[in-house]
Amino acid sequence: MSDLLKNSIRFILFILVQVLVLNKIPSLHRFITPYLYFLFILWLPFKTPRLSMTLIGFLFGLSLDFFVHTPGLHAAACTMIAYLRSFLIILLMPKETLEISYAEPSITSMGFMPYATYVLLLTFVHHVYILFLEWLQFPNILYFLGKVFATTGISLLLITITEMLFNRKSRYRTNVA
Amino acid sequence: MRNVFLFIRRYFNLVFFLALQVVSLMILFRFNKFHESVFSGFANEVTGSVNTRFNSVETYFTLKKENELLRAQNAQLLNKLKSDFYWPDSTSTFVSDTVRIDSLEQYRKFLYLPAKVISNSVNSQQNYLMLHRGEAQGVTKNMAVVGPAGIVGTVVSTSKNMCVVMSLLHRQSKVVAVLKKGSGYGEVSWDGQDPGYVTLMKVPKTVTAQKGDTVVTSQFSDKYPPGYMIGTVESIEDDPSANSYHLKVKTATDFFSIQHAFIVKNLQRGEIEELEKSIKRIQ
Repeated sequence: MSDLLKNSIRFILFILVQVLVLNKIPSLHRFITPYLYFLFILWLPFKTPRLSMTLIGFLFGLSLDFFVHTPGLHAAACTMIAYLRSFLIILLMPKETLEISYAEPSITSMGFMPYATYVLLLTFVHHVYILFLEWLQFPNILYFLGKVFATTGISLLLITITEMLFNRKSRYRTNVA
Repeated sequence: MRNVFLFIRRYFNLVFFLALQVVSLMILFRFNKFHESVFSGFANEVTGSVNTRFNSVETYFTLKKENELLRAQNAQLLNKLKSDFYWPDSTSTFVSDTVRIDSLEQYRKFLYLPAKVISNSVNSQQNYLMLHRGEAQGVTKNMAVVGPAGIVGTVVSTSKNMCVVMSLLHRQSKVVAVLKKGSGYGEVSWDGQDPGYVTLMKVPKTVTAQKGDTVVTSQFSDKYPPGYMIGTVESIEDDPSANSYHLKVKTATDFFSIQHAFIVKNLQRGEIEELEKSIKRIQ
């Protein structure tokens, strides 16, 4: 399957799962929105140019925004993590060469610790940014901090489950292919 | 000049990123201020069609509850039928006028348009519902939306076949309300915490409120029909800084399972607005 097709399907699936399943979970609602959709951006291939990465992030966030009627909120956060992603990968990758060997970020391609740091940092940035924008409108500092940590925790849990459920085949790319 | 171009070329990624940030923040704050967005019409149609499909499945989960509510409302309406009332001794004869003027229509103030809820949220600070009825079916902005049990919200944006409703559970929603006992005017708003409860603010201390009192819409509201249920008083809090109470009100509408609603059209709203405008002109 080509990268374009695969990622287009992921785009739609992540949006639908977020809107139709995760946003409807009632027992957590008061404090936490379980966010998972931004994993799409973390999974984009290494070789995506930085410019289109930023643009994809924006469009992805915007399409979620239209479902939840907050145009701009998720778009801003997604643009942010899509932009920061490439810097983080350069910092965290054990060797430059790995970037060519594997298609996209995963535990196998980056190693456990670098990948965990990568996910943790971007998740945190995403949530802080989204909740900060919300906080600007209704200031309440304790509520804000509690929400950031609780939401990050839940998101990390969801990402772990997703990684375990869907074993992405990150095959080693040879020169032949 | 050359340096400027070089600079832009070197930092094009950063510039592009910042531009997108500015764009998203602009849409965000603009939307929250005026409740409308650049693409809202088109986007409503697209997201609406996805939501409609999903909702056709989701409806089944709340079917039983919905049935009960509609039965209760049916019973209430049946009790208002003319045939329920019987006068044993009628001293007047009924003559029907042949002049074809529908005199009833002139005095009608509120018209109820039924609509299906196709998406709903309760877990954000700003909750919206989407209804499957739009401009083509006579919905305009600022109409009130009520459910079988109690009020739901206000229409904030419309497209051809859908409309978006600002839920009562929205940090910016405000409804003029009164205790059903007849006193205690105040404003119902939501603190963004628990979707089951709203707050009736600024009720003067001269009013005696009790747990269980019914809170209804006031006749001062230009959107909601007067006397429509909002909820029941759950607890009473003193506001130490002012001479007033804050009443915690349990909403009559169950926002978790709402499936049907009525959009309320105020047929005399135009007249009211004109009058208000003329007052402003005098001042």
